[in-house]
Amino acid sequence: MIARQLLAAEGGNEFQAPGTEIFDWGPLWDGAPSWLTKPTLIVALSVIIVCGFFWAAFSKPKLVPRGVQNIGEVGYLFVRDQVARPMIGKDGDKWMPFLLSTFFFILVMNLMGVIPVLQLPAPSHIAFAIVPAAVVYVLMVFLSIKHQGLGGWFKNMMFPPGLPAWLYIILAPIELLSTVILRPFTHAVRLFANMFAGHLLIAFFASVGYWFLIEKLTPLGSGLGVLGFVMSVVMTGFEIFVQALQAFIFTLLAASYIGGALHPDH
Amino acid sequence: MSNLLAAAAVAAEEGGHGNPLLPHASELVFGTISFAIVLILVGWKLVPQIQKTLEERTDAIEGGLKRAEEVQQEAKETLEAYKRQLAEARHDAARLREEAKEQGAQIIAEMRQEAQAEARRIVEAAHAQIEADRQQALQQLRAEIGALSVELAGRVVGESLEDSARQSRVVDRFLAELEERTRTQERISS
Repeated sequence: MIARQLLAAEGGNEFQAPGTEIFDWGPLWDGAPSWLTKPTLIVALSVIIVCGFFWAAFSKPKLVPRGVQNIGEVGYLFVRDQVARPMIGKDGDKWMPFLLSTFFFILVMNLMGVIPVLQLPAPSHIAFAIVPAAVVYVLMVFLSIKHQGLGGWFKNMMFPPGLPAWLYIILAPIELLSTVILRPFTHAVRLFANMFAGHLLIAFFASVGYWFLIEKLTPLGSGLGVLGFVMSVVMTGFEIFVQALQAFIFTLLAASYIGGALHPDH
Repeated sequence: MSNLLAAAAVAAEEGGHGNPLLPHASELVFGTISFAIVLILVGWKLVPQIQKTLEERTDAIEGGLKRAEEVQQEAKETLEAYKRQLAEARHDAARLREEAKEQGAQIIAEMRQEAQAEARRIVEAAHAQIEADRQQALQQLRAEIGALSVELAGRVVGESLEDSARQSRVVDRFLAELEERTRTQERISS
């Protein structure tokens, strides 16, 4: 599909590496509403998959779990024991509704990048990374002020106790900048950039393979085409790892921000 | 980051494509609604259910263990009570056996004493009876012998005591008569 687009765009004999245009998607069909694009369709599918899975797993929970409930419980225990409890502490279980939803929603949106035909990680459109990051940021600010007070929050943030006085001159502005201003930005961009770059990489190797093996098959170029094909397979495997890791890191940071807001002394 | 910014810059230069770092308003709205749906359905409704179930499971397992412990404790106590009762019962039985043995011996001794007394009494009574019978027989004999002797003497004197043959005849006749008398007496009495 990408290669065809390229051909249509260039129409020449030279290989053209795919650029940011591969992230531009118009309405699904002529006359469709402008918001109904492939990325929004993928997000809608993710919502259906996440809700459907957890509905099947948890809607009628049994004391002795059977089938899907077992898998759902493994997911729940993973997020609880690896994210919520280490980051927030004993009251981490109270934040499991938010953390579990966030983790699996982002995980499924990310994994859409390697599902055949769909093959677009939704957070490669920055809006879908900004939304959860913004919710986490609002939660963090709200909880910090609620549990520490506005002054207490800034004091704990900028003047952590036990450091030599002169260090605060440097530390205070850095902490203020990193916590209040950079945090939501890095939180969102970390997810977005990984998905964006990963998709671009796979698209690049796939179009190399398609171009040199199918569009312009030459004895010299075929080796490059095979390399492109092999690399696109390898990168797909690597991307599955990165997609899962980024969903985990995003949730881990969200829990860490919430934990920091609730217990500033840690 | 710098790569991304470069890519964004390239995209911006090309002009035909949007800056990937700038979110689309429609996607922000759509993403917010989607995230809200997931949070409400999964977070607000489903996760509390599984949390409740997990708690119940923990309770069930811990409760089960506790109940088993209690039952075991109870069984142990019951066993000890039974053992104690059994020991008591054994002790009682031994004591009773001892008592019974003593009582038995006592009873046997008493019985023997009584029997001996009884035997002595019977023997004494028999002796007395025999003595009485003998006295009676003696008296009767004395009376009869007296009368018989007088009668015999009368006959002997009445007949002439010539020869011994006659004498013996007289005696024999007398004895036969005597026998006859006795027999008729018996016949009458029977």
